[in-house]
Amino acid sequence: MTDAAQNLTEQGTTGVSPRTQRLKARLRARYARETRFRWYGRAAIGVALAFLVILLGSIITQGYTAFYAHTVTLPVYMDPARIDRSYPQGANFEQIVAEQQIRRLSVQDDEQGTKASAMKALLSSELKFQAAKMIARQPGLLGQTVPVAAPLSDDAEMYLKGKITRDQPEDQRRVSNAQMDWLDRMKASGAVRAHFNAALFTKGDSTQPELAGLLGAVVGSALMLMVTALIAIPVGVGAAVWLEEYSPRNRITAIIEVNINNLAAVPSIVYGLLGLALFINFMHLPRASPLVGGLVLALMALPTIIIATRSSLKAVPPSIREAALAMGASRTQTVFGHVLPLAMPGVMTGAIISMAHALGETAPLLLIGMISFVPGVPHAIDEPVGALPSLIYIWENASERAFHERTAAAILVLLAFMIVMNAAAVLLRRRFERRW
Amino acid sequence: MKSRIFRAPEGSSTGGASEAATLSTAPAVGAHASAPLGPIKIAARDVSVFYGEKQALFDVSLEIPDKTVTALIGPSGCGKSTFLRTMNRMNDTIPGTRVTGRIEMDGEDINDRKIDPVLLRAQVGMVFQKPNPFPKSIYENVAYGPKIHGLASTKGEMDEIVQKSLKRAGLWDEVADRLHSPGTGLSGGQQQRLVIARAIAVEPEVILMDEPCSALDPIATAKIEELIDELRERYCIVIVTHSMAQAARVSQRTAFFHMGKLVETGDTEEIFTNPRERRTLDYITGRFG
Ligand SMILES: Nc1ncnc2c1ncn2[C@@H]1O[C@H](COP(=O)(O)OP(=O)(O)OP(=O)(O)O)[C@@H](O)[C@H]1O
Ligand SMILES: [Mg+2]
Repeated sequence: MTDAAQNLTEQGTTGVSPRTQRLKARLRARYARETRFRWYGRAAIGVALAFLVILLGSIITQGYTAFYAHTVTLPVYMDPARIDRSYPQGANFEQIVAEQQIRRLSVQDDEQGTKASAMKALLSSELKFQAAKMIARQPGLLGQTVPVAAPLSDDAEMYLKGKITRDQPEDQRRVSNAQMDWLDRMKASGAVRAHFNAALFTKGDSTQPELAGLLGAVVGSALMLMVTALIAIPVGVGAAVWLEEYSPRNRITAIIEVNINNLAAVPSIVYGLLGLALFINFMHLPRASPLVGGLVLALMALPTIIIATRSSLKAVPPSIREAALAMGASRTQTVFGHVLPLAMPGVMTGAIISMAHALGETAPLLLIGMISFVPGVPHAIDEPVGALPSLIYIWENASERAFHERTAAAILVLLAFMIVMNAAAVLLRRRFERRW
Repeated sequence: MKSRIFRAPEGSSTGGASEAATLSTAPAVGAHASAPLGPIKIAARDVSVFYGEKQALFDVSLEIPDKTVTALIGPSGCGKSTFLRTMNRMNDTIPGTRVTGRIEMDGEDINDRKIDPVLLRAQVGMVFQKPNPFPKSIYENVAYGPKIHGLASTKGEMDEIVQKSLKRAGLWDEVADRLHSPGTGLSGGQQQRLVIARAIAVEPEVILMDEPCSALDPIATAKIEELIDELRERYCIVIVTHSMAQAARVSQRTAFFHMGKLVETGDTEEIFTNPRERRTLDYITGRFG
C-alpha cells in the first residue's frame, strides 16, 4: 500500500478531515453555481418565449379577421331606363341596387334619399364593376332580375366582424343603428355570407380596404429577393473565398476586413440613401422597381454573407486543406473541391438569414420610392412594385380601420414567408451536411 | 515478417532509455542496412527555413537515397516537419515562410521557378500525423489524385488504379466490399492506410511521412511499418518519427536534428549503435528530448 492510499483509508476511518471538508464545501458551491446558471438559462428562454407569444398573440388576434370576408348577393332588376346598353359602366349601379334593396326591406326613403345613400354605403364599389361586366357580356340581361354578388364595404365588414358595436355612441361610429339593423336582416335572410378572404391573396393593393390584397406586395418582395439573392450570394461568397483563401495578408486586406465589419453595422436607411443616389439619380434605374430594391438589399446583405462565409471557411479543418494540397491539388481545386463544400452548411445558413433580414427591411425601400400606392400585381423587375414591409407601413398609416386588420394579416404573411425561408435553410443545411 | 508484427507493440511502448540496449541485440535493427542503397534521390544543400523573422532550420545539408527509408529524428520543435515540408514545398502554403538554399530532386532544383509546386506534389506524396481522408467515399479518396492529374482516361482504368493502390497499402481486403462508404468511417489505422493508398495512387517517386503512426495503436502501427518496408522497394521514403524503435525497425538511414540543425546522419545501424555525436547518443538513449 502506498502512502497516499494509506492516507485515504485513514481519513475514511477517522471521519472528516479538514481537507475533505473543504473539498465538499467547494463541491457544494460548484453545484449551486451550476443550478443557478441553469435557472438563468431557463429564465432567459422563458422571457424570450413570453415576448414571442405576446407578439404573435396580439398580431393574430388583430389580424385573423382579415382572413375572412363577407359577400352580399342581391337580386338586381337591371332597369333598362337607367342602364345604357352600350355603356353599362356609366350606370350608377350602387344607387340602383341600394334603392331596390331599401324597398325590399320595406324602408321608406325621404326626399333626399338619405336611406338609399346609407344603404349604398354598405356596398362596395366592386358591385358596380361586377354588374357592369355582366351587362357588357350579356346585354340580354337588361330588363331582367339577376343575382349580383359583391363584397360589402369596409364599414359594413367592421360591424359584421364585431369591430364596430352598438355600445359605442351612434354619432361616433361609422355605421348607424339603422344600417346595423339592415345588415342583421340581410345576414338573417342569407343575402350576406361569410367566407375565406381569397381576395387577400389574389389581388394587389387597392384604395378600398375590402378590395385590397397582398399578392402585389408578395410578388414584389419575391422579385426583389430574387434580385438580392442572385447578386448578394455569388458576390458575397466569392469575396469571402478570395479574402479567406487567396488574398495576401497585408495592410490593404486588413483595411478591407475592418470595413466589411463596419458595413455590417451601418444603419439600413443609409443603404437606402446610397441606393437613391447611385441607382436612381445616377444610373437612372426605374424608381420603386424590384431591380433597384434588390440591388439596395444586396448591398445591405453583402457584409453579413461575407462574414458568415468567412467564418465557416475558417471552421474547415486545416487538415483537409493540407490533404488536398499535398495531393497536388491546385489552390482553386482545394477551395472549390473540398473547403467550400464543407463550409456550405454555414454559408447557406448565413445567406438565408441575411435574405430573411432583407425581406423584412423597410427603411431603404421607403427611400427608393416603394412607399407609394401601387395597384395590381407586378410582372417585371423594372416596373414599380410594392413590397410586404412597405405595404405594412402604408396600410398601418391608412385612415380606414379595415386596413388595420389587414396590416396584421400582412405581418402574419411576412412571418410565414420568413418561416418558409428559415425552414428551407434548415433543410438545405441538412442536405449538405449529409455528405459526412 | 510475422515476428515484426508482434514485436512492434513492445517496442513502441517501452521507453527510450531501455531502447538502446534492446536495439543493439535485436537482429531486426537496421536489418536492411546491408542492402545497397539507391542513388541519391533528393539532395538538400544549406537549406534554411524562416517563419517570418524566426529561423526554424539552419543550413541543413542532407542526401536522401532512393529506394530507402530515411528516418528523421530529434526532439520536439527541432525542425523535422519543417524540413520534411521543404521537400514538397508545403511550406509555400504557410504565409510568411521563406526557404533558402537548394533542394535538388534528381539533380533539379525544386525551388526553381520553372517547377510548379502542384506538379512537384504529384511526385512527392505526403502522409500526415493525423489521418486526414477527405469526407468522401473510400473510392473517391483514392481516385482523387489520379482524377485531378488526369492519370486515368476510363472508369476501368480508374477502378484498376484504386484497387492496385488499396492492395499496395494493404487495405484492399478490409474495404473491398465497401468502397463507396465514407473514408472517415474507417478506424484510425485503416484511415492512415487509406491516406497512404491515396498518396501512392498517383505513382509518386517520394513519399514523405510525418509521424504516421503517432495516432495509432501498436497493432495498426505494426501494419503501417510493414507496409513502409514493402513500399521501400519502389519509392524513396522519408519518415519523421518520435519512436526510436520505429526508426530502428523501418529505416536504413537516419538523420538526427537538434534545434534546427542537422547534427548527424548515417546508416541507421551506425547511428543507433555507434553515434559520432554526444547529443545523438543522449537523445537515442532517452537522456533528453
Ligand atoms: N507555421 C509556423 N509558424 C511559425 N513557426 C513555426 C511554424 N511551424 C513550425 N514553427 C516553428 O518551427 C520550429 C520547428 O517546427 P517543426 O514543426 O518543424 O518541429 P518538429 O521537429 O516537427 O516538432 P514535432 O516533433 O513536435 O512535430 C518550431 O520552433 C516551431 O515552433
Ligand atoms: Mg512535426
